[in-house]
Amino acid sequence: MTLRASVRAMPTMLRVGMAETIAYRAEMIVWILTTTMPLVMLALWTSVAREAPFRAYAQADFVAYYLAALIVRNLTSNWVAWQIGEEIRMGTLSMRLLRPVHPFAGYLATHLAAIPMRALVVLPVVAIMFVTSARDVIVTDAPRLALFGVSVAGAWLLVFATFVAIGALAFFLEKSMSLVEVYFGLFMLLSGYMIPLDLMPGWIRDVATWLPFRYMLGGPVEILIGRAPDAGAVLAAQWAWVAGMGLAAALIWRAGIRRFEAYGA
Amino acid sequence: MIRVRDLAKHFKVHKRPPGLAAALKSVIHRTYTTVKAVDGVSFTIERGERVGFLGPNGAGKTTTLKVLSGLLHPTSGEVSVDGHRPHKRDAEFLRRITLVMGQKQQLIWDLPPAETYALNQAVFGVSDADFAKTMAELSSLLDLEALAQKPTRQLSLGERMKCELAAALLHRPTTLFLDEPTIGLDVAMQVTIREFVREYNQRHDATVMLTSHYMDDVVALCPRVIVIDGGHIIHDGDLRRLVKTMMPDKRVSFTGTVAPDQLARLGRVVPADGGRTSIEVPEDRLREVVGHLLGLDAVHDLAIEDPPLEDVMRKLFKDHKPAEAAATPAPAAEAAS
Repeated sequence: MTLRASVRAMPTMLRVGMAETIAYRAEMIVWILTTTMPLVMLALWTSVAREAPFRAYAQADFVAYYLAALIVRNLTSNWVAWQIGEEIRMGTLSMRLLRPVHPFAGYLATHLAAIPMRALVVLPVVAIMFVTSARDVIVTDAPRLALFGVSVAGAWLLVFATFVAIGALAFFLEKSMSLVEVYFGLFMLLSGYMIPLDLMPGWIRDVATWLPFRYMLGGPVEILIGRAPDAGAVLAAQWAWVAGMGLAAALIWRAGIRRFEAYGA
Repeated sequence: MIRVRDLAKHFKVHKRPPGLAAALKSVIHRTYTTVKAVDGVSFTIERGERVGFLGPNGAGKTTTLKVLSGLLHPTSGEVSVDGHRPHKRDAEFLRRITLVMGQKQQLIWDLPPAETYALNQAVFGVSDADFAKTMAELSSLLDLEALAQKPTRQLSLGERMKCELAAALLHRPTTLFLDEPTIGLDVAMQVTIREFVREYNQRHDATVMLTSHYMDDVVALCPRVIVIDGGHIIHDGDLRRLVKTMMPDKRVSFTGTVAPDQLARLGRVVPADGGRTSIEVPEDRLREVVGHLLGLDAVHDLAIEDPPLEDVMRKLFKDHKPAEAAATPAPAAEAAS
């Protein structure tokens, strides 16, 4: 399971992953349709803010916020938790274990390979951003955009690591996928996906600062629409969570794989 | 070379009776039983041997193959495959072995097998030249040309198994663990797979360990059989000798009618199908009985065979049972099969 073998095989794994994504394009589109919640919230909040700004958010701010949320969510979501859970439950993980690369490399390739397809969906949203009032809100200077890029990469890795950790819990729990429901409940509330964290009660905002969810979506969105005064702190917290969650995923996997090896499937 | 010494693989299995009360009780207090899927198994297989690994369902066959291919940690005992300890699954070990499971597949379902081949080439680090050479060889042996570009889901079960074998052998492993590779295949496809395995074994001096419920696979492929039952080895040796020891009588079959009383004097009548009559005859009387039958005008198309391996196995398991039952309680289930 050498790192070198994984790196060497990565281009082919990415290419095959893209071929798979294209083969599953119909499912992918259905999947993407499940991420349109920001559009619903956009309709709701822009009507609230039609006459006058709601707290610090004018109509254009809401448009920018939810379009940015749609972009970040589409670029960063994946289904690796279901994939791992299913492979453990059905025992098909065995096939992966017979190959001399770490299974993480395989999952990483599959889900990285889905990004170009997702980007195709995101591009029209970006275009819409520039023809609506959102264009006056979003940051356009190169350094800020670079920070946004880094924060999206961090968000992708954080969601990926979290889902790998949840998926790997299938080694221990028969119905580990119900944890995804719990995760989504918390994500909706604490990531800023439904409502900007700025508009939440102070204590929820405080809690959100210490949990990973904000750095999966709200953080990058705030950077793009210029509402993160200290973008450096957001990025530092985000990448600390990436490291922490990556470690957690690796530890759960290591303990779980021993169990898989011990019990078989 | 495969060397196994006192291998044991025990599973802790959660057990609870049916019903709501038992379900609630099991939340607080779980009871476990230990299932001895493999219990003190030893054998050695030399490079290039083809060995049949036989036993009834739940005997420990799949568990042993999974231990040998590194998917399961042994509970105790020593296992070495080409000098490697399988459960460490180091890259060099994984490059030397393959495990084909008739019930599970590695081919990517919605893509043509060619994509799985490309993936395996990359992850096993097979050079382009070796890949082309191996692919050409596998294609000609398995007739893959038309299949490699079709999406896997559109292939028949037999076609899929041929592609599966190619994917499993692309990295030229020298040890093949084949777990029911012909399951569900029609007779013609079973023969194709069998011939291919034999050809691969001879060309590459590869070691083959095969489990199959189709005894024809074993008879055609494996000069040696290891029989396992209840986690213990009950026979290890030459297949012919096993048949001879267990059922020394030869089976004489023919078409035509012979009076029942006359038939009973010649040998033990056994049920046969296809309109043929079969009798079992001790070897020392064979010449006399065959001579007599050939002298009868009504007898045609006479054949002398060993009894079917299925019957030999049935007798072996039946004879073995009392000793087995006294030694260890029969396992409830084979958790890893």
